[in-house]
Amino acid sequence: MKKMGNMLLTRPPFSEIVMGNTALVRAMIETGTRVVTSYPGSPTPEIAAAIASIPPDERPFYFEFSTNEKVATEVAYGAAVNGHLAAVFFKSVGLNVAADTFVQLSLMNIIGGLVVILGDDPGANSSQNEQDNRHYAQLSYTPVFEPADPGEAYTFYKAAAKLARTQHMPVILRLTTHVCHAKAKLAFDAWRPHPRDDTPRFDPANGPYIPIAANVFPMKERALERLSAVRTFAETTALNRVSGTSKRRGIITTGLTALSAEAVLAETEDTPEVLKLALSYPLARETVRDFLATHEEVFVLEELDNLMEMEIKSLAFDAGLRTKITGKTDQAAWMGEYTPDKVRHLLYQVWPDVVPAASTPAPLSVPERPAQMCPGCGHRSAFHAIKAVLADADITVADIGCHTLGYLPPYEMGQLLMCMGASTAMGSGLGLFNQTRRVVAFMGDSTFFHAALPGVVNALFNRHNLTLILMENGTTAMTGHQDHAASGRNFNTETVGIPLRQVLQGFGIEAIFEVDTYQQAELGRRLQEALAVKGFSVVIARHPCMLKFTREQRRRPNYQLRQVGVDQESCVQSHACVARFGCPSFVRHADGRVSVNPDLCIGDASCRQTCPVEAITKPQIRSTEEDPP
Amino acid sequence: MTTFNIYLIGVGGQGIGLLSEIILRAADHSGQSAVAVDTHGLAQRGGVVVSQIRLGIAAGTPLIPGHQADLVVSLERHEAMRGLDSAARPGGTLIYYDTVWQPLGVRTGEAAEISAEDLAAACQERQVRLVSVHDPDLTDARQQNMRVLKTIHQEGLVPGISQADYLQAMDDLMTGGMLASNRKLFLD
Repeated sequence: MKKMGNMLLTRPPFSEIVMGNTALVRAMIETGTRVVTSYPGSPTPEIAAAIASIPPDERPFYFEFSTNEKVATEVAYGAAVNGHLAAVFFKSVGLNVAADTFVQLSLMNIIGGLVVILGDDPGANSSQNEQDNRHYAQLSYTPVFEPADPGEAYTFYKAAAKLARTQHMPVILRLTTHVCHAKAKLAFDAWRPHPRDDTPRFDPANGPYIPIAANVFPMKERALERLSAVRTFAETTALNRVSGTSKRRGIITTGLTALSAEAVLAETEDTPEVLKLALSYPLARETVRDFLATHEEVFVLEELDNLMEMEIKSLAFDAGLRTKITGKTDQAAWMGEYTPDKVRHLLYQVWPDVVPAASTPAPLSVPERPAQMCPGCGHRSAFHAIKAVLADADITVADIGCHTLGYLPPYEMGQLLMCMGASTAMGSGLGLFNQTRRVVAFMGDSTFFHAALPGVVNALFNRHNLTLILMENGTTAMTGHQDHAASGRNFNTETVGIPLRQVLQGFGIEAIFEVDTYQQAELGRRLQEALAVKGFSVVIARHPCMLKFTREQRRRPNYQLRQVGVDQESCVQSHACVARFGCPSFVRHADGRVSVNPDLCIGDASCRQTCPVEAITKPQIRSTEEDPP
Repeated sequence: MTTFNIYLIGVGGQGIGLLSEIILRAADHSGQSAVAVDTHGLAQRGGVVVSQIRLGIAAGTPLIPGHQADLVVSLERHEAMRGLDSAARPGGTLIYYDTVWQPLGVRTGEAAEISAEDLAAACQERQVRLVSVHDPDLTDARQQNMRVLKTIHQEGLVPGISQADYLQAMDDLMTGGMLASNRKLFLD
């Protein structure tokens, strides 16, 4: 088997098939990046998986999963002003969490250089929105590199790191979901390790580092001057690219959208020229002006919002250019990922003579398959019990994590969702003037440490009336089982797990109830008690992540899978197990019978208590004779 | 070099990612250039997982334009229908492992399960060749992906890839007992 860690540390040039996220790690190594931080979030966790593949004692840089994106940014910044080249990575909405710190970075003289790697998510594949983070770049004067594929993730990181280090500034490397997860065979350069320099080089004389009063303006001036220097880089860099043949029509675009356009246009003759810019901000004005001047019609093909379009139209106006410039033509153009199909449609709308309309057959009927909790998931057991206690009028507030999936049928637990850690404070607001509808907020354990603490403290401080259910599964499950502050381990080593209950007690919360979620009746009783408390109460609903647990069990020698079954003699086809408990391991047959899918059942038996006639049999080693006809 | 597009679809947990990477690496071992992309993230939680491979492309988008997949590979019957619907081109091939992981709507009684006959009829209508795989002797559901790979190889569904290429790709990605049992399944 090829070992990723060995591959990443190879000294001579080599070629290998890698994902965009993995290519970044090689770029970090080659550039001498010394500190990397993150908080897990799709589409970026595989960057950390690649880092984890390198044995800790051979890892050329320090890495940590911090408690949240803001903390990660601050740790990386601290290292960078001490002279170390640093990088921080997180998902799109992570920048909202990091924003308070992030927007100040361009004011600072970051002597080591800092690369901010964003995993943006056009199409909202795994995020609660598809926000266009280029807005943050504009408001903070931070340059944005836009790689299109794994090869560019590698080369653009190296260019961004060089710029960050020479200009002493933050630089954004903006990846999108299908750049992070794209795979290609790349030719990597040699790695010549930099001489290791641990000297703490922080010096206030490099500052000012205190953006207060009179300091702010020289600091802002410097940020604008740097941006101007980067604009010259953006105009002259060989990372820009032009393809196509037509001098009449042209397209200006960036990133993966450019590859979509090239794929669609490959089928056409006299292809419009495509100007693919390496940086979306600052705009390479000279390059764009020249392109406009040499084409009669230009289409600004811009995924998500119209930032480049506005600037390009404004510069054409200022330059007195008569080029016809088209950008967003309807609302749909502001939405979704610019896949080849989407780009085909957009091009057809503008130039129907260049790109013919797509012909799509009438769709087939296929039942939807929303993401759901895994077989044996402790959250399912919890939601089943909680739903039985709550009245229809009660209000349930979800948070981010696997437990968010409880909003789906058949549980429908969680009627509002915002962002990491927001549930307790939203629930506090829902409790105001409210004497009739009980408020229950949910929260995962990683999220608790990430952004929930201020909301929890506020609930106490301002004496709010609600119940928080902490869904403790011991890991950051949704993003791939990363450890968190309560796990007893960080990315690098054993650590003292911060006990949830003692944190809550330390805050002064008196009404704390703890229960394993597989004990559904007990959980129901505890929740009743918590709801009866006037004020703020907490139920710690605990069960280890069963996906993680089962994977670990299966690696053990002599492991034997046990599974439950349905006793067809006693089953009355109430469908409590398959339709209301809703474990995906149950199969509903057309004639009403229920059986167990041998591909899925993990034998956790959390379902047995849900059957009114106890027709679900004890887990046992399965023999094929038990399969239903 | 002409492009050959492969669209893989299944349910989170079925091993679409490994199957896709084996085909990608086998294509590379056969001397073909290729790009690919996976869907990760939320979809892992029992949702739909998609992987796309484009052979004959060294650099370019890994996203297959609509209804241009020469080969659709699925590990579950409902997802086979979904892949047929969104990706298969007329004249292309759909291969799937004939097992069912019922979607939520089927389990709650709001939707009907798709039958093998439904799928066959839809393939005929879309002019897509259907290859159904099912192995009653297969005891470990986690090997269904390798069982499909075996038929892909036996039927020559991906052009230009030899048995040695597939085996080398498996060597790249697996080790120990997992490699041994999957090699055995593939070669038997």
